[in-house]
Amino acid sequence: MFGLANPQRFMSFTRPLVPVLWVVATGLLLVGIWLSFTAPGDYQQGDTVRIMFVHVPASSLGLMAYSALGISSFFALVFRHPLADAAARAAALPGAAFTLLALVTGSLWGQPMWGTWWVWDARLTSVLVLFLFYIGYMALRSAIDDEARAARAAAILGLVGLINLPIVKFSVDWWNTLHQPASLLRAGGASVAPVFLAPLLTMMAAYGALFLAVWLTSIRTEIVRRRVQAIRARMALEA
Amino acid sequence: MFDLDMSPYAAFVWPAWGISVVVLGAVVVRAVAASRKWKAELKRLEDQPTVES
Repeated sequence: MFGLANPQRFMSFTRPLVPVLWVVATGLLLVGIWLSFTAPGDYQQGDTVRIMFVHVPASSLGLMAYSALGISSFFALVFRHPLADAAARAAALPGAAFTLLALVTGSLWGQPMWGTWWVWDARLTSVLVLFLFYIGYMALRSAIDDEARAARAAAILGLVGLINLPIVKFSVDWWNTLHQPASLLRAGGASVAPVFLAPLLTMMAAYGALFLAVWLTSIRTEIVRRRVQAIRARMALEA
Repeated sequence: MFDLDMSPYAAFVWPAWGISVVVLGAVVVRAVAASRKWKAELKRLEDQPTVES
């Protein structure tokens, strides 16, 4: 595993893996969409249940992408490994996109079911804070010209943001929220009806594969970009 | 069979799916475009005779 921390080995290992991930993500998305629109409407929520098939995967991947960002930031800070920094940087944009989708699709689900687009309850607010951490991380990186300093400052922010992850996850247990409690990862098993579980899990797998494909592609791009910058710097010295 | 009649919630269901397609599509396009751009730039620099690859 740690052998992959070598950028050259990482490039060799992921070269055949990335196209496979794109194919798997596309296939799972097509099956997930088909399952999502062939499932019956919910007896209480009607067709709004189909929002769940894009909302829950987006929320889960928003959290997972931040875990990837935070853990990579830890390795970048402690071991100063350039690949870890590239991994953290590459997780930020897709993670922010998933979190934005969680907020927007949640709002579109909330209006017909709760009668409101937004409430400042613990779950919604902590997910908004998660989104702001992503935005802050990306803003901080682009605000500092010195890449090493930018990476260090962003890694510290990335690590601090990890504190928010258990708050997001357990907010529905620790506080009274309008948002429903956990329905998948809970004691006693999932409370989602089996007819909705198949499309939901398929879409979650599709989003997961899509994130991995985008993440690995972006890490590879970051490695190539740094190689380009190194060559440019060498050429400038030689000139 | 495919059920595309979302009434009376079409105004909520389709925008949720639509924005998901648009945002995820944009993320994918950006990742692939950036990858192609930097790979092309690396190849251009490595092909220059003054630079040892």
